[in-house]
Amino acid sequence: MDRDRSRREILQAAAALAGCGVLLRLSVRPAAATPEMMKDAVRNVIGEALVKKGKVKLDLPPLVENGNSVPCTVSVESPMTADNYVKAIHIFNEKNPQPNVISVKLGPRAGRAGFSTRIRLADSQTVTAIAELSDGSFWSDDIDVIVTLAACVEEPKP
Amino acid sequence: MARALIHVPATAKKGEIIEIKTLISHVMETGYRIGVTGQPIPRDIIDDFVCTYNGEEVFHATLFPAIAANPYISFFTVATESGTLAFSWTDQHGATQVQTAAITVE
Repeated sequence: MDRDRSRREILQAAAALAGCGVLLRLSVRPAAATPEMMKDAVRNVIGEALVKKGKVKLDLPPLVENGNSVPCTVSVESPMTADNYVKAIHIFNEKNPQPNVISVKLGPRAGRAGFSTRIRLADSQTVTAIAELSDGSFWSDDIDVIVTLAACVEEPKP
Repeated sequence: MARALIHVPATAKKGEIIEIKTLISHVMETGYRIGVTGQPIPRDIIDDFVCTYNGEEVFHATLFPAIAANPYISFFTVATESGTLAFSWTDQHGATQVQTAAITVE
């Protein structure tokens, strides 16, 4: 009797442990960022400043077949002279595990305010670009993107 | 660290805006993927890219895991004088790769 119970207890404990393992594994999976996390990330960069729409042009394909590599171009209207130039450009997203994508510092030496890169998108979401001008103003543009095959889902090759 | 491709025009007129294209081979592992053993694959990314023109910084980017593998970056600069453009990529462990390209300005 006593032996039986201990055996049952051991089995229960083992089952509980296995359950914990499953939970642990699940909790390792990334929780997607939320639009609130993106707002926090934006606040960290721009502080209390007001962001106006315009001047910035964010160019992304509206329908993305593969989220692992999405061509992305940002350009900002600016004369790029010594006293009127774009200081920085930031890209944020809503639903990747992390809200930041890239932050770029520029100066009048750039000649033209803009750059291109390739980004990852984990889900259909809104991508935002924010530019900081030398006069301290912030301008933004955002674009809604539909992603059919998300980044981060494919398993690595063994 | 890795193989890098850089495209800079060999010659340019003084004051001309030139486009520079760079690509470096790197996995840019996000740290969010689960490997075959069930363990997360550790994060391994390039997080810093700087371009200097004769020693003066003209472009500086901070990269996050949301940048695709083999980071491609293209940007602009003004051709001011003949000299060297230096490109440096730094990964999260502090390893830096520097590559240079010469430009002749007429």
